[in-house]
Amino acid sequence: MDWHFIFSQALTQAIGPTMLIYAIAAIGLNVQFGYTGLLNFGQAAFAAMGAYGLALAVVAFGFPFWWGILIGLVAAVGMALLLGIPTLRLRADYLAIVTIAAAEIVRRLARATVWAEYTGGSDGMRGFSEPFFAMSPYNPDANWQFGFISMESGRLIVDFGIVDLQYSSRDLWIMTVGWILVAIILVLVGLLVHSPWGRVLKGIREDEEAVRSLGKNVFAYKMQALIIGGLIGAIAGFTFALSRANVQPDTFSTDFTFYFYVVLILGGAARLFGPILGAAIFWGLYNLLAQGLSQGIRAEVIPPGLLNSTQVGPLVFFLLGLGMVLLLIFRPQGILGDRRELMLDVR
Amino acid sequence: MRRAVLTLSAVLAGLMLGLGVSSTAQAQDEIGVKGTLKDQEDNLIAGAEISVTDENGTEVGTATSADDGTWSIPLEGPGTYIVALDESTLPDGLLVRNARPQLEVDVSDAMRTVLFPLDTELDPNAQPPDDEEPAEDDDAEDEPTGADDEVEPEDEIAPEIEGAADTTRAVSLLFSGLHFGLMIALAAVGLSMVFGTTGLTNFSHGDLVTFGAVMALLFNVAVGVPVWVAAFGAVAAGALFGWLQDWGLWSRLRNRGTGLVTMMIISIGMALLIRFGTLFFTGAARQRYTQYVGQEPWDFGWLVITPKEVYTGLIALAICTLIGLAMMFTRLGKATRAVADNPSLAASTGIDVGKVIRLVWTIGAALAALAGVFLSINDGVKFDMGQHLLLLVFAAVILGGLGTAFGAFIGAILIGVFVQMSTLVVAPELKYVGALAVLILIMLTRPQGILGRRERIG
Repeated sequence: MDWHFIFSQALTQAIGPTMLIYAIAAIGLNVQFGYTGLLNFGQAAFAAMGAYGLALAVVAFGFPFWWGILIGLVAAVGMALLLGIPTLRLRADYLAIVTIAAAEIVRRLARATVWAEYTGGSDGMRGFSEPFFAMSPYNPDANWQFGFISMESGRLIVDFGIVDLQYSSRDLWIMTVGWILVAIILVLVGLLVHSPWGRVLKGIREDEEAVRSLGKNVFAYKMQALIIGGLIGAIAGFTFALSRANVQPDTFSTDFTFYFYVVLILGGAARLFGPILGAAIFWGLYNLLAQGLSQGIRAEVIPPGLLNSTQVGPLVFFLLGLGMVLLLIFRPQGILGDRRELMLDVR
Repeated sequence: MRRAVLTLSAVLAGLMLGLGVSSTAQAQDEIGVKGTLKDQEDNLIAGAEISVTDENGTEVGTATSADDGTWSIPLEGPGTYIVALDESTLPDGLLVRNARPQLEVDVSDAMRTVLFPLDTELDPNAQPPDDEEPAEDDDAEDEPTGADDEVEPEDEIAPEIEGAADTTRAVSLLFSGLHFGLMIALAAVGLSMVFGTTGLTNFSHGDLVTFGAVMALLFNVAVGVPVWVAAFGAVAAGALFGWLQDWGLWSRLRNRGTGLVTMMIISIGMALLIRFGTLFFTGAARQRYTQYVGQEPWDFGWLVITPKEVYTGLIALAICTLIGLAMMFTRLGKATRAVADNPSLAASTGIDVGKVIRLVWTIGAALAALAGVFLSINDGVKFDMGQHLLLLVFAAVILGGLGTAFGAFIGAILIGVFVQMSTLVVAPELKYVGALAVLILIMLTRPQGILGRRERIG
């Protein structure tokens, strides 16, 4: 078994492009669920709004790249208004059911053959990411070496001896933009939740009636939180679409949202850095398990009768689901969280 | 796999769009039936035998599909004919997807196109063809979703006959909707009762449906008992599973005072556990029981329905009625309603609340398992069947009124009929979208549902 490869992969992925998608989406969820107590089970739909807004605008309608970004953000705001107006006045679990249903509607509409000439049906769309990668400062043919950091024909290799990190030039550009976005979003969210506005959000989470009795418009605050979280979700959608250079409807399934919840709860809800830590651990652990099991099968450490390579994916997700259940039972506040902040209840 | 889905859907959609066009575009001088046989991956099927019989049962023509999958049978005059595809002449593992190899066709004045939707009964050990781009390491996350790219359960749509009489089609859809509604009702009663007694919105209830279907598959295929015995086994296994879940997990969480939101997210974790556990053991392919797969339908002229649909529907109706009566008149039913109304008050009148909730979990899970068995007698077992059903169950429960058992039943029937009847106007792949849109509309206008009381939504 190639332990060096397994650990290198896990570490590479723990700060890589996919982890950034989970981190950004979970930050959005943190605003909604962590700080305001809104059970949005349709964050995947907000990400889909961003991804499909961009892809449709650029591929189907020929708009410039930045217009696509704008359209994606507007679509996310529209989605938040559409979901929020009927449900934010109702109890928390109604929002949960409506958002989960809305996410499923979005996915089914996206894969429908009725307008497949625009959306590509279940094949999705590609060909919208060139303007983004054209902006990349990284030379895909670069070759240099500086201590333990080297560049081999555009592939960055950071060699720590026992493990190494490897990124293609496209990954590097995604990560540069992604981490800058994460920093900006974190600063903005940090400023927001520590402002009087943010204190009202936490008040709503703790006791909606008390906040209402202080003369605050609870509905408006909840709606603002839903929109901001949704916008951040759309940004995660952009990152997702660009990092894969395609969009596919079935990747925006409800499971996607659930993994955002795993990330958020693992790191600690209502903590600024919770989603980042959660995403790094979640995605690192996923890759560690998946690569480890695949390598084990290939090296015949695990007998083929016990586990074959198509079963690795389900097994890893089974273990992650188990981890989520155990985490919520024994440590619902996650790694960074405060237990008192997660004693939420449906009111 | 993904491409296969697209083409099949494209074929279906083209078929729907073609409804109006083809009959006028045909040459008017020829009368007969024709079609092209292809499987869901667009492979053309040659050498399959198709026969046409008239209303009196006399065979008037046969044909064998050519190398390009086409076949046509000229007919002498207008009338009603039965077009039958001999499934035994299909290549191995292929069968007619809606289990209706016989279609009734009204031929008036032109060539009618008759299509048989074919589906592969996949070898459970076969790996799904991997036509994705060379997998990057971070693409691994697509695995579980990438595998489920089969067509959504559209299997119940009525025979796809171009130009079939609209009323016949509507009646068939109505009955298939009632059947589907009864299946939803079986699952919905449990979800609604668990919510009523504990306040928990259980997101893993859909996967209890899958659990039942898989248990029946286990008994039927692995152990080898007939399907009806396997159904009893599955219901027993479902009941045991529900009992164990409440004993091992939910009752303990309730006693610890875990918040409802936390429990709701735990139920999502349970759903993932069951779903990926199923995927691990059964694989991503749709699997079928050994019996009742291609059943000969009863033909009443105005309605073509398979006996299995009639029997499963009637059993489901009987069970729902029984549950309703039990809720009304037995001590246990009254106790359940009392707990749903006010747990503390119920406890102070001497009702063992924990015991009632345990019973509700057991019965709810057993009914969900039964729904799973019945659904997969029609459509086969698939690891995510319950997940897709769950949203319809939610729609039914909310339409009827969250927490009310009777409301759940009425809501389920309405949703089932709505879903099936909506295929008259929208493409079948969008029928679930309509139901979910209804769910959101109810939220907007009458969030307490048909039978719910306003106070419940707080």
